[in-house]
Amino acid sequence: MIGLTHYLVLSAVLFCIGLYGALTRRNAVIILMCIELMLNAVNISLIAFSSYIVPQLLTGQIFAIFVMVVAVAEVAVGLAIILAIFRHFKDIDIDNINLLKW
Amino acid sequence: MGQAVAFWIMAVVIVGAALAVVFLRNVFRAALLLILCFIGVAGIYITLSADFLAAVQILVYVGAISVLIILAIMMTRGIQKGSPANKLRIPAVIVAAALLGILIYAVTTSPWNVSSQPPLTDTTGPLATQLFSENGYILPVLTGATLLLVAILGAIVITRENKENKK
Repeated sequence: MIGLTHYLVLSAVLFCIGLYGALTRRNAVIILMCIELMLNAVNISLIAFSSYIVPQLLTGQIFAIFVMVVAVAEVAVGLAIILAIFRHFKDIDIDNINLLKW
Repeated sequence: MGQAVAFWIMAVVIVGAALAVVFLRNVFRAALLLILCFIGVAGIYITLSADFLAAVQILVYVGAISVLIILAIMMTRGIQKGSPANKLRIPAVIVAAALLGILIYAVTTSPWNVSSQPPLTDTTGPLATQLFSENGYILPVLTGATLLLVAILGAIVITRENKENKK
């Protein structure tokens, strides 16, 4: 029988895969993709909580809708920033984009 | 029983596709597997009886976000260089594994207050009632609409080439 714990463990695994990718990859687009993986993991756990703990209230699903809205805005602005950086440096390797690093 | 089979299939698809996104060298294949991962997440929503959110997941993530990401890959030269790892690989493995261990320990040992009622099966109408009713979430909905408008305008302004500066 599948319970709440299964969904939460799946969400934790997906979140940690996304975290590892966001920390180690050097391509900026891959980093954005990994952040999307982490947001999806959070959505899975929100909806699992919603349908196991408060099944008649849908609170977690409404939170998941707002997470999606913010994720879309973040992806649009993030990809625009990546395109602007690419136009300026001719590169999206974030190890080479270190003007603010000391 | 059916829910268990669907859950395990979707879980294997999601974790496999996510690992491929992180470890594949080819950026374009990684983006295609990210789409597969989003579809698996939509299937997980269906097993949780969140039908409206599954549809939104397909429309927004599979339809819009993945197209944006593939467009960005095509406009930058990410495909030739692949996606190499930086020098943080071993600390990142340690951090991610430690976080995974802590999360799994916390999730499996917490006494969750699981309700015995069945979840709502038709969620679209109740969701709309909660989102748009007067003592519901109408203020966050309007704030979200403003956020989307500002994000679109910001994306246009950032990506537009500045012709005056070039001359």
